[in-house]
Amino acid sequence: MITFDAVTKRYPDGTVAVDALSLEAPTGEITVFVGPSGCGKTTSLRMINRMIDATEGRILLDGVPVQGIDPPTLRRGIGYVIQQAGLFPHRKIVDNIATVPYLLGWDRKKARSRAMELLERVGLDPAMGERYPFQLSGGQQQRVGVARALAADPPVLLMDEPFSAVDPIVRTSLQDELIRLQAELNKTIVFVTHDIDEAIKLGDRVAVLRVGGRLAQLADPKTLLSEPADDFVREFLGRDRGIRRLRFVSTEGMRLRTDLTVTEGSDDPADEPWRLVVTADDRPLGWVSRDRPGTLEPYGTFRPGHDSMRSALDAALLSPSGCAVAVDGEGRVVGVATREALDEALTEAADG
Amino acid sequence: MGDGPPTLWEWIARNWDTGRVGSIRDLLGDHLVMSLVPIVAGLLLALPLGLASVRWRWLYQPTAGVFNVIYALPSLPVFMLLISVTGLSQLTVIIPLTFYAMAVLIPAVVDGLGAVPEHVRQSAVAMGFTPLRRLVQVELPIATPVVLAGLRVVAVSSISLVSVGALIGQGGLGMLFTRAYQNPFLPPVIVGIALIVLLALVADGLLVLAQRLLTPWVRARRAT
Repeated sequence: MITFDAVTKRYPDGTVAVDALSLEAPTGEITVFVGPSGCGKTTSLRMINRMIDATEGRILLDGVPVQGIDPPTLRRGIGYVIQQAGLFPHRKIVDNIATVPYLLGWDRKKARSRAMELLERVGLDPAMGERYPFQLSGGQQQRVGVARALAADPPVLLMDEPFSAVDPIVRTSLQDELIRLQAELNKTIVFVTHDIDEAIKLGDRVAVLRVGGRLAQLADPKTLLSEPADDFVREFLGRDRGIRRLRFVSTEGMRLRTDLTVTEGSDDPADEPWRLVVTADDRPLGWVSRDRPGTLEPYGTFRPGHDSMRSALDAALLSPSGCAVAVDGEGRVVGVATREALDEALTEAADG
Repeated sequence: MGDGPPTLWEWIARNWDTGRVGSIRDLLGDHLVMSLVPIVAGLLLALPLGLASVRWRWLYQPTAGVFNVIYALPSLPVFMLLISVTGLSQLTVIIPLTFYAMAVLIPAVVDGLGAVPEHVRQSAVAMGFTPLRRLVQVELPIATPVVLAGLRVVAVSSISLVSVGALIGQGGLGMLFTRAYQNPFLPPVIVGIALIVLLALVADGLLVLAQRLLTPWVRARRAT
């Protein structure tokens, strides 16, 4: 656990970057620091590994004040991922990943084999180990950055806007990868971002900081969206708070209709305005309207219980039928969520 | 002496190793010492001065200024001035050439270290490098291509400049030119020029080789 105990950072010119910050980043969870530029989120992060020293207050790592630990020793025990990856251009990928093990004096062979293991773990081809950073794309470099931070298996990981320099598609895949890795590793992660959507997606807890380095609210994402502490947080969350909150509403137990599907080529008994055509092994093909029987219209799918209400609603809006197709893990149709069913679920969400 | 002046090859054969001072081999050895010592000493002195100039930015402009002025001084009067201190020894040539080397290498070290991206430096700090280890294992290796480029200029110019020392009696292969001045006879001049150019080419080739071995990642970058 990382504890901020009334931590203040004041620069010699009087500027206050962080103002009496007190919070806890629990063990095994992702705590996100989010806020506009100038809110002291990066400064706060860097005070944990003493890249910046706090002026007042204490930061404790599992109860031990970091101010008492020699900085290089402290930093070797804390993983760090930086925005542009910060890989060493003169070292091969495998040696980049093995940086901290080398610093800790591991045997070269052991350090390299650990690095190769991590290379695969972050989803990269082991052949990349022998390349240099310049030969990798931005997204690949960032994965290497994550692997490097994990190399010595530190309990704590600090991530400073690690995904903000890559394009949105790569960013999404890196975020999913981090969630997957964290499910396996259970690190204590402090993640800094200016992107509230990223904060909500990744954070177990989100600390919203305001300019001048004061904590505006610390809450889990769902609470943050439904009960913002004040106007600043509300404004920072943006206008579509309600829609985004649907990410945290489960589709478990949603009422599904199974009488709207017809197998390809067979006759349709029901007289419904829309029917879903599926293959013989229950894969969705498209919607057919009563008015235009020959044409397959687009469809959207979601996995009940696995995907959120946001995905279900999104799936419904993708189709002219207004219904969302429920599929199982293998992509087989298990039913259809009609507008009525979605409406019921939304009413429940609004009440709860 | 036989009939008429000797041919080039005869002259070389006769003067290559006479066992006396002033044989071609002897001059070649002197030339090597007087050009290599300034290259190595210049690099060894430019490194700490360059590092200090990066650490304390205000040092850089005065340091670079002083060395540029020294670089601008013509070598011959400098040699003559130094004679009163070091006499007619090789040091009289080695000392100015070392300063010239520093004039090129100090900016090369400063620019090379300046080429280390800030995010790389930051991540080295965050990984737990001590300042010395960061310098040796991260910053200097990344600065190497720029420093080596400066070193190539220094190597060729030092090898060429040594010959000016002939005017104070310490010119290595340059001595072959002054002899020809006194006694118009071409073979020594041809041998002198050829050997100096050859030395320069060999030195440059070795540095290019060093560059390939020390910085394989630079070629990797060019290839992409």
